[in-house]
Amino acid sequence: MATLEIHDLHVSVEAENGPREILRGVDLTVKQGETHAIMGPNGSGKSTLAYSLAGHPKYTITGGTVTLDGENVLEMSVDERARAGVFLAMQYPVEVPGVSVSNFLRTSATAVRGEAPKLRTWVKEVKEAMERLQMDPAFAERNVNEGFSGGEKKRHEILQLELLKPKIAILDETDSGLDVDALRIVSEGVNRVRETGEVGTLLITHYTRILRYIKPDFVHVFANGRIAESGGAELADKLEEEGYEAYVTKGGVTA
Amino acid sequence: MADNTPAGSTTDGAIQVGGPRQPIDARVSAPASYDVADFPVPHGREEEWRFTPLARLRGLHDGTAVADGAGIKVEVSVPEGVTVETVGRDDARLGKAGKPVDRVAAQAYTSFEKASVVSVPKETVLTEPIRISVRGEGGVAFGHQVVEVGAFAEAVVVLDHTGDATLAANVEYLIGDGAKLTVVSVQDWDRTAVHAAQHTALVGRDASFKSVIVTFGGDLVRLHPRVVYGAPGGEAELYGLYFTDNGQHQEHRLFVDHDTPHCRSNVAYKGALQGQDAHAVWIGDVLIRAAAEGTDTYELNRNLVLTDGARVDSVPNLEIETGEIVGAGHASATGRFDDEQLFYLMARGIPADEARRLVVRGFFAELVQQIGIPELEERLIAKIEAELEASVA
Repeated sequence: MATLEIHDLHVSVEAENGPREILRGVDLTVKQGETHAIMGPNGSGKSTLAYSLAGHPKYTITGGTVTLDGENVLEMSVDERARAGVFLAMQYPVEVPGVSVSNFLRTSATAVRGEAPKLRTWVKEVKEAMERLQMDPAFAERNVNEGFSGGEKKRHEILQLELLKPKIAILDETDSGLDVDALRIVSEGVNRVRETGEVGTLLITHYTRILRYIKPDFVHVFANGRIAESGGAELADKLEEEGYEAYVTKGGVTA
Repeated sequence: MADNTPAGSTTDGAIQVGGPRQPIDARVSAPASYDVADFPVPHGREEEWRFTPLARLRGLHDGTAVADGAGIKVEVSVPEGVTVETVGRDDARLGKAGKPVDRVAAQAYTSFEKASVVSVPKETVLTEPIRISVRGEGGVAFGHQVVEVGAFAEAVVVLDHTGDATLAANVEYLIGDGAKLTVVSVQDWDRTAVHAAQHTALVGRDASFKSVIVTFGGDLVRLHPRVVYGAPGGEAELYGLYFTDNGQHQEHRLFVDHDTPHCRSNVAYKGALQGQDAHAVWIGDVLIRAAAEGTDTYELNRNLVLTDGARVDSVPNLEIETGEIVGAGHASATGRFDDEQLFYLMARGIPADEARRLVVRGFFAELVQQIGIPELEERLIAKIEAELEASVA
């Protein structure tokens, strides 16, 4: 069973006046089949965690370990991590002009699966996945993320999640900027992948709204670059009522 | 990366509407002329020379470059029915498309000894291309080439430049009424070559001219693709593709002179740059003169910067002296293949070199398809792949 283990992770970014520490000792274990919600106020380091796990060059790991089934993730390049089974659904997916969605998806699936998917089954696979996400077939011929609305970008991210079948899926604020209909469709997509039992999900969000559609097994409150409190789904209810104020104040004192 | 930029909001462009005091051709330091003596030696601050590293022209601009007989070897192979002649300077067909517009082109016109004239008789429709191979042999040369296509004839010319040379040349295309001419000029020079040339097309009544300029090689390549219309109804499509590597200077200076009513022009140039001091220059001048009612024109330049250290100067310039036109527009945009795009593609398992290939292939694909000659399209795609291999190696 695939397991992502994060131990005492410290991460810095280069700021104007030297490196600034954003993650200050994160400990977290995500197993295949589990869903962990990471919740926290703006600036608490949630997205930094997501991008650090995917290997974004902007972030420098200054301490700690990340392993996937015992393999050192931090030593892998960005593409190696993806091929090892780590998937990051991005909050702000970038435009890639000149590259069509269909070409991109096939190139990506070929890389992740280690061989080119058979054309006939692939076309069907993509078409069905797009239908489930209520995406217009014409989408496949557009350039990656070029001129996509916020909702289209998120559907496109979840489409990739469904097609690439990662071991660990990190969803970085996938709910942000979505109206209720889009949120439902995107959540259903995530749930289809979860129901296979083959993915461990790290759901990063600012709001509890998405947790009505995607039920987490664990909820972690992120504040000041580390996990301040962990619990079950009931912790989300508490956050819904009380907000992050208690953690921000507490974090402020310890920082 | 920027999307279509509406006219008037280009990266470094200018639109002038209504009788400019200084038409495009008057911005240059001397009027067009066949005689090199009519042009002062450029010093680099002149409008038409300010982007060009003069020191790398090997004396083509100041008279110190002298033909040494070992410059280039030209081979022309033509399908049946097409004639090839080598003619002297006094041949009446020379210089008909237009005068040289800068000192180097005038130097070429003043210095060439023999010209080559390829003629396609009227109403002859060729099924095979005319091939003109210019092979650089390491020396200095001044060339003159004329391609004459008779009324209602149809032809494709592939003009291929390879090897090493210091070459200044004029190429003239005389396109008869109702004729169709496609010219693909490939600058596949060795890395050391210096090539400056003016390609001028005189488009006849209801004639079509398609130019595809492909520049990969050379140390310095500076081309003037120019179009003038002899009569109404003419159409010109000017496509270009360049791949500028570290240290290379590749400059394309286009001019479409709409001085005749009811003519069309469409310009699309795309370039990719990679490496330290790769420098691409694109100047797109379109002038719609007062007489040119019913003109329809559009010009576009796109650049894709793949690495740090490369530089693009893109200057579209549209001058309109009549409001009675169908359409006129221009767009220029320079984008980077940036770290965020690379990260996105790599985060989907795609290795860095493949990600770069994916983007560049996509960038050029649409333009390559416009060429309409499958054999050439394949060669270009292979060449683009090879350029990318070199960059990631």
